Amino acid sequence: MSHDVAGLRAEAIDAASLAASVDPGCGAVVTFEGRVRNVNEGRRVIRLYYDVYDGMAEQVFADILRRTREAHPVTAIRVLHRTGTLAVGETAVAVAVAAGHRDEAFAAARFVIEAVKADLPVWKREEYEDGSSRWLGGVPPEDDGPEGEGAA
Amino acid sequence: MSDSLSVTVRLFGRYRDLAPGPSLEVQVPAPATVADLVAVLHALSLEPALPDRPVVAVNHRPAPDGQALGPDDEIALIPPVAGG
Repeated sequence: MSHDVAGLRAEAIDAASLAASVDPGCGAVVTFEGRVRNVNEGRRVIRLYYDVYDGMAEQVFADILRRTREAHPVTAIRVLHRTGTLAVGETAVAVAVAAGHRDEAFAAARFVIEAVKADLPVWKREEYEDGSSRWLGGVPPEDDGPEGEGAA
Repeated sequence: MSDSLSVTVRLFGRYRDLAPGPSLEVQVPAPATVADLVAVLHALSLEPALPDRPVVAVNHRPAPDGQALGPDDEIALIPPVAGG
C-alpha cells in the first residue's frame, strides 16, 4: 500500500492523470469524479467553497486507505479532494482504483467515495446567483430542512 | 480554589461563525472531560446554537464524552461533514 495516494489539493484536480498514475499492468481501472453542479435544491449555484481540517483529514484519509485495503483486493488507490473556491463544473473529488478485475475495481471505488463523503472533515459552502451563501452538511438544530448536497 | 484548564477550540465549516477568529478560547474547570467542555460551550449561549451533543475531535479523532482533556491536546468542534 506504499504507493497509494490520498490527500487534499488547493489546485485543479486532473482525474485523467490520476487514473494514468496507477500501475499500467492492472486489468481494471475505475475512476470517479465529483464535480460542482450548477443547481442544488432548486437554487442556482455559482461557486463552492471547501473548508477543511487538514490534520484530521490526513488521519481520515489514512484510515480510508487502510479500510479499503482490508475490504477489497485492489492494486492501487488514488483519492484527491479539493479545498478552497471552485467554480461550477470543477472537479471537487476524484477517485481512481486499479484492480485485477472490474468487480473489485468498481466496488473499491464506490467504497472510497462513500467513505470520503461520510468521514472526511471537509465542509462546503454554496454561493448562489442572488449573492447569498450557506454551509451544507447535516442540519443545524433550529432547522429541519433536508441535508444539503453540493457536488459528488 | 480549583484549577482550570485553558482550552483552544478550533472551528470549522458552519462553526466558524461562532467566533471572529479561527478558534474559541475557553476556561474549563480541571480536570476536564469532553462533556465538561461541551457544558462550558453551551453555557456561553453561542450563535448559531450548538447541538446538544456536538462532535468534539481530540488530536484529530472524534472523542467520547468521558475522554479527559490535557493541556497539549488539539481540540476542535466538528460540524456534520459535507465533502464530495
